[in-house]
Amino acid sequence: MSLAAQVLDGNRLALARLLTQIENNTEAGREAINELFAYTGRAHLIGVTGAPGTGKSSLVNQLARYYRDPAQGATTHTVGIVAVDPSSPFSGGAILGDRVRMRDLAGDPGVFIRSMASRGSLGGLATTTATVVQALDAAGFEVILIETVGAGQAEVDIARLAHTTLVIEAPGLGDDIQAIKAGILEIADILVINKADRPGVEITERALRGNLDLAHPNRRLMTEFTESGHHGAPVRKEQPDNNAGYGLMWSPPILRTVATEGIGIADLGSEIERHRQYLVKTGEYKRREQTRLASELELMLQASLVRRWRSTIPDDLYQQVLEQLVDRSLSPWQAVQVLLAGDLSI
Amino acid sequence: MSERKIRVLVAKPGLDGHDRGAKVVARALRDSGMEVIYTGLRQTPEMIAEAALQEDVDVIGLSVLSGAHMALVPRVLELLRANQQEHVKVFVGGIIPDEDIPRLMEIGVVGVYGPGTLTEDIIREIRSAILGAPTA
Repeated sequence: MSLAAQVLDGNRLALARLLTQIENNTEAGREAINELFAYTGRAHLIGVTGAPGTGKSSLVNQLARYYRDPAQGATTHTVGIVAVDPSSPFSGGAILGDRVRMRDLAGDPGVFIRSMASRGSLGGLATTTATVVQALDAAGFEVILIETVGAGQAEVDIARLAHTTLVIEAPGLGDDIQAIKAGILEIADILVINKADRPGVEITERALRGNLDLAHPNRRLMTEFTESGHHGAPVRKEQPDNNAGYGLMWSPPILRTVATEGIGIADLGSEIERHRQYLVKTGEYKRREQTRLASELELMLQASLVRRWRSTIPDDLYQQVLEQLVDRSLSPWQAVQVLLAGDLSI
Repeated sequence: MSERKIRVLVAKPGLDGHDRGAKVVARALRDSGMEVIYTGLRQTPEMIAEAALQEDVDVIGLSVLSGAHMALVPRVLELLRANQQEHVKVFVGGIIPDEDIPRLMEIGVVGVYGPGTLTEDIIREIRSAILGAPTA
């Protein structure tokens, strides 16, 4: 049986091995994904991001418990977890410590946790995280929680990958919360103030609310990718609001949780579900899928083109150009032109 | 970025709360370029085997200072075999009496590291166990 077939068959060891192949970007991994891709697109992808120490892992732990055993009557879901921690820029090594907070999930066959090192990627995820998520999706996990590295301002890749993005804050980050928010608040579908039993939670909530009120509650990041290509500038699609309760715009709710005690988790779970329904009813769910796949395709195309082109360029020419660049006889742009032309004499 | 990374699970089975040694080793392995999954204190052998499977690790480092190593380590090895993960190399560190070491090696432990072990030695032996490089 092929690796992909074993994964579809529910073999956890095969799944774990496939994830390694994907992380190492091997041919075997790519072949398996070719087989599995048709089975993807079923899971609800939930991103969890926020500054280091705000409680992302504990919250993921609690959310997974919630999906395994939700409040009255709701259906249980199987849960895949992908937790990314940073690789050292010096040694390339990493300490992946998110499992420390997820010990409650041990022994549950409906949960699969995979830790990933970011391996030099700067957007808060590893370059292969999207593919790892596809594998978990194909393996049949219904909810996939994706925890980013501790994020500050620019680690916004998660918003492109996930259907629903949670941004986790904590009280006591103080006045500089304004600074933290600038980039990352924009991608929040739901804002969570974790550690809400700590002093200062009102101040944090006021600051977040104030900032939201100033902002245009728009799907800014997403529009940039979907529509600017056609019109040059993001275009708002006006649609009649014929679904009572589902306005055109989603305004991110602010929720309080204490993840270590499990407080506020059920409310968070129902807000996530409300967001999913909003995405489906407004057609945004499909649009986000399209955007994500388009940008994935773009990235892979770029990487493949560069690799293919690079194999046509003789190493000595490349070295010569590099030397001329180093001694300043070529500018970087000139170097690019020389290499694209494949000829030093231009 | 297709370079193969050695993935190591560092875990503390059983009930002792002394994780300084495990953290020092985890940090040293990180600094040698390995990816270390650190699971923290008070793990059962079942939790360790499950994490090893999900994370598809090459190596498990077990730190035991409670004296329960002759119960915990064989159980971990047994579970690895049950999960078809007998290829995973298991190292043990902590307070292990000399007379227990031969027995641990006999049941499949690749190395036992007591106090005073140089982290470079651990790194070199893990590398050689995984990549087959000479242990010079």
